[in-house]
Amino acid sequence: MHNRSFFRISMQTGAWLILAFLLLPMLVVIPVSLTDKSYISLPQDGLSLQHYQNYFTSAKWLWATGTSLFIGLAVALLATVLGTAFAIGCWFLSDRMSTIARWVLITPILVPPVVQSLGFYRFWVQLGLIDTYTGVILAHTLLALPYVSISVFAALANLDRRIPQAARSLGASVWTTVISVVVPAAKPGMAAGAVFAFIVSFDEIVGVLFLTVRNVQTLPKMIWQGIQDNIDPTIAAVATVLTVITLAIMVIGALRKS
Amino acid sequence: MTPGLLTDRHRYWLLILPALLVMIVFYIWPLVNILGISVTEPEPGLGNYTLLATSHPIQTSFIITFRVAAITTAFCLVLGYIVSYAIYNASQRGVGLMVALVLLPFWISVLIRSFSWIVLLGRSGLVNDALMGMGLIDRPLRLMHNEFGVLIAMVHVMLPFAVLPIMANMKGIDRSFVNAARGLGASEWTAFWQVYFPQTKPGVLSAALLVFVLSLGFYITPALLGGGRVLMISEYITYQIQEFLKWGTGTMLSVTLLVATGVVILAAARFVNLRRAFLERG
Repeated sequence: MHNRSFFRISMQTGAWLILAFLLLPMLVVIPVSLTDKSYISLPQDGLSLQHYQNYFTSAKWLWATGTSLFIGLAVALLATVLGTAFAIGCWFLSDRMSTIARWVLITPILVPPVVQSLGFYRFWVQLGLIDTYTGVILAHTLLALPYVSISVFAALANLDRRIPQAARSLGASVWTTVISVVVPAAKPGMAAGAVFAFIVSFDEIVGVLFLTVRNVQTLPKMIWQGIQDNIDPTIAAVATVLTVITLAIMVIGALRKS
Repeated sequence: MTPGLLTDRHRYWLLILPALLVMIVFYIWPLVNILGISVTEPEPGLGNYTLLATSHPIQTSFIITFRVAAITTAFCLVLGYIVSYAIYNASQRGVGLMVALVLLPFWISVLIRSFSWIVLLGRSGLVNDALMGMGLIDRPLRLMHNEFGVLIAMVHVMLPFAVLPIMANMKGIDRSFVNAARGLGASEWTAFWQVYFPQTKPGVLSAALLVFVLSLGFYITPALLGGGRVLMISEYITYQIQEFLKWGTGTMLSVTLLVATGVVILAAARFVNLRRAFLERG
């Protein structure tokens, strides 16, 4: 018995240590964001909110945040519509061709970001889409499609195939069946997919670095440039704001479930 | 419309086609173009590809890339396995919190997490400051701009990708086999290693494939923590394009990286159910 508890206790202790390794490094941005110095450091002579003030009063940071929100919402909408229709069509067909189509749609998960960004860049130049919102929204929509189609497909796995069949045999057209039977069943997947799509777009950096110059400034691009040029504690303030929002959403989500 | 003109199958394809066409025209086609550029710029032929055999920096970059990806994968598997095991095989206390702690980093930008590591590991970062403050060292250690810094941050970023497939696999495992083995006199370790572990292999292999493939093409964390010294292939490609405008070399390396990734996935297909690893979860 002693042996058994040793094994379990060491696994359990190890797991908590590993989880601490996951969590703690992300929290360092909080004290750093409150530093009273103008460089990255822990607060020394007192706490200061100057870096938050800098974020919330800087036209550049706010504009970039707004840009990322706008692009993210557009991407979530587009990717959810396209990806849901796609997944529903594939679910109905469930044949070899539709499986191949599903593989095609998930390639962005597997292709290295730099490689796909080179492809985007060369094609977007020809289309005149470099440094435009349309260009970024289109690129991000493609990157978000796999996540939407996977989550809608997962939601449809619970739908009994006989239900749409029953609707059809009672005289409903394909479109009526899709809209009043399949879409309601797909809704949880669509919601998850839309959230995924928004986050994929909101976080995306490599494509934006290749596809934009000055016109389109997203939040990740500002953070990236900030890290490269001078490490300014404003980045820590931005990071803290985003981390706290993420935490709040997770807590709300957990409370709603229970 | 009469059924004769448009069958149900056609209607389903009408749902599929918009996304599929957008994908083919704006994603697959540009990737094919990359292949084209690699054999036409600066001049037609396979000239760019001869660099793979002759260029020492390129070979070094590929070696670094595969080494970093392999080490990251190994650490993620061990650490991810321990976390998953604790979540599904211990008393229920804290399970929800543990799952939440695994998922939280998943939702926080890779850029921000890499920034956190820079804050920690930099020359005048918090770790060096603390160590010097305590008098343990008298000058800053080099904790980043080397493989150590890249690896620790990569493991941090990739660990959730390893935990999720392993957790999904363990969820479906019946404990009664292990209990039977224990009842028949096997030690805890024997029951784990000979009865439990083999059942978790599919999850472990999926995790290995996912982490390895994502690590091969990873850009942000190596670029930020490597400081130009740990030049993984993605960053090498970016240099070729942005600093030297060498599209031929950049696209040739892209094609090579893509082929290498494809070969890894196909080789893994013998051991991993690709459908479950990518289509059903991603």
